[in-house]
Amino acid sequence: MKITMAHGSGGKATSELISRIFAANFKNPVLSAMEDAAVVPGAGTLAVTTDSFVVTPLFFPGGDIGRLSVCGTVNDLLMSGAVPQYLTCGFIIEEGAESDDLERMARSMAETAREAGVTIVAGDTKVVEGGGGVYINTSGVGFVPPGRRVSASLCREGDAVLVSGYLGEHHAAVLSARMGIENRIRSDCAPLGEAVESLFQNGVRVHALRDATRGGLATVLNEFAAASGCCIALREESLPVSAPVSGFCGILGLDPLYMGNEGKFAAVVDREDAEKALAVLKASQYGENAAVVGSVVPGEAGTLLVRTSIGGTRIVPELYGEGLPRIC
Amino acid sequence: MLKVQEFLKQYDGEPMRIMEVCGTHTAAISHSGIPSVISPKIRLISGPGCPVCVTVTSYIDRLVSLSMEPGCAVVSFGDLLRVKGSARSLNDARALGGQVRMVYSPMDVLKLAAAEPEKTFVFAAVGFETTAPVYALLLGEAVRAGLENIRLLTSLKTMPPVIDWVCAHQGGIDGFLAPGHVSVITGSDLFEPLARKYSIPFAVSGFEPEQILISLYALVRLRGRGVVKNLYPSVVTARGNVQAQRLVSRYFEPCGAAWRGMGVIPNSGIRLRPEFARFDAGSAELTQDRGFHSACRCGQVLTGAISPHECPLFGRACAPQTPQGACMVSTEGSCYQYYVNRRD
Repeated sequence: MKITMAHGSGGKATSELISRIFAANFKNPVLSAMEDAAVVPGAGTLAVTTDSFVVTPLFFPGGDIGRLSVCGTVNDLLMSGAVPQYLTCGFIIEEGAESDDLERMARSMAETAREAGVTIVAGDTKVVEGGGGVYINTSGVGFVPPGRRVSASLCREGDAVLVSGYLGEHHAAVLSARMGIENRIRSDCAPLGEAVESLFQNGVRVHALRDATRGGLATVLNEFAAASGCCIALREESLPVSAPVSGFCGILGLDPLYMGNEGKFAAVVDREDAEKALAVLKASQYGENAAVVGSVVPGEAGTLLVRTSIGGTRIVPELYGEGLPRIC
Repeated sequence: MLKVQEFLKQYDGEPMRIMEVCGTHTAAISHSGIPSVISPKIRLISGPGCPVCVTVTSYIDRLVSLSMEPGCAVVSFGDLLRVKGSARSLNDARALGGQVRMVYSPMDVLKLAAAEPEKTFVFAAVGFETTAPVYALLLGEAVRAGLENIRLLTSLKTMPPVIDWVCAHQGGIDGFLAPGHVSVITGSDLFEPLARKYSIPFAVSGFEPEQILISLYALVRLRGRGVVKNLYPSVVTARGNVQAQRLVSRYFEPCGAAWRGMGVIPNSGIRLRPEFARFDAGSAELTQDRGFHSACRCGQVLTGAISPHECPLFGRACAPQTPQGACMVSTEGSCYQYYVNRRD
């Protein structure tokens, strides 16, 4: 079935689209009530976030826009120390989209939500003119357990910097799909609940957390350095990059430090807990290639440095504009 | 390797100025932090080897106006989109409704041209000896497939004449880190006449930090001697890739070329041969070079006459977010690299 403007009319076609594809996949008592707003139990400190997902192609090696839209919002909640609970989703569908594709996306969202332990409690669908594209917005709510406080501004001199696995996989997978390059690279798109929660459960003193999405690890660590007024130094040879991504970057002139991930995060932890944090991450799902990549050092506030393999030092600035591949 | 690094760190002889000609070398030097591990008496300066940086403003202006023509689309690599012409960049043109497509390989034009036969696709063919064979391949394919809606706007340049120009006009350079990628195509012998003419050593270098350090070591050791050392023998031979050279000369012939801030240098470029002129989008007349900003000193930066810091715009009006000159646009440009890595 092709999506037409009628599916966005608010009439029968709309309700059929919703019940057949979205309600069927996201089924739960709150959503099935089909009220204008979800009324859910809860108390304590709330974390709330929203994100919109625009990706070409909609299906790529290792994931799809549906999985991405759940992981992105769930991971944002996790990075504030929250336990994610509820999601809402809004679909903007261009006419000409295939309902089979929507079905695949919805199924993928439902599976990912189950994996992440969240419930999709509200949703919306709009159909617009266009060429079959799909855009998804998700908002999320989570609860921050008492006594937990993580913030980009809490990095202190001596703290260790960890990253939860290989860098640049999502960016390289999507770019490969766009460019029609065949390789083994798959998106790392994943919900990070188990990894993050296990840090807290094992008593690691976590100061700052952030998922390294658009702009990559370099962007996240520059944000930490700026927010905490500190200097962060990375060791080049400790940065985890898989051989296929490393080769891909070499050919295109891309830097894995700036490439987007959808299932990796940076954690700044108390120096004494570095080894424990590494062991916990390595034992967690999606964390087998975690590494301690650097530390907070004395130096110019707001600066990210890399100690290179030949013993040199370079500054890693924020990304200026788009990361454009070079010419030669 | 440790001995090489120790030598370069402890070097206390005559001050040396070594020019890396290729933009990829400039980026690799910054990336690996080489200036921080060698003696301050060895000064590395960046040369005119970033293809985006040496592009004149009339070339960008022509691309901008082509992108606004009905039935016409400009196809370009990403780096070029942000370079300002005398008024606008291709990015600006796109925001104003201009047709600009970014691609990763020139061969992508073939697909575009086949899919939309009623539209003319103009490829912004910039580059050096390294990139020219790909444009030759593209033309070969276009001819074979009978695609008549592809044009090239060429700004293709060759290395030896501009190195000659720098030595003749600038002087004070004690060694050249010769471009590795260019040499794969041309062969290392290409630099022999220049080495002899100016009694300056050339080291053909790879791009790994260790390869660059070894090349610098060789250049310091060979100071004052007009010799060429091929230190990238895994991919560079004395005569180069003869097949690629033949392919290029089938479609292109030498011509004078305009360089940003340097003017027209005789025989420093290549253009389409007359029998393929129908594929040209009017490249010949593009020699005007009116800076977007009158105080921009890209030309002197590109020839090593001044360091980026000596340009009055550097770090003030001109920064990566607000580039005024091409050297600040490309990630391989000297000004960009000096700015983001805070090189002295």
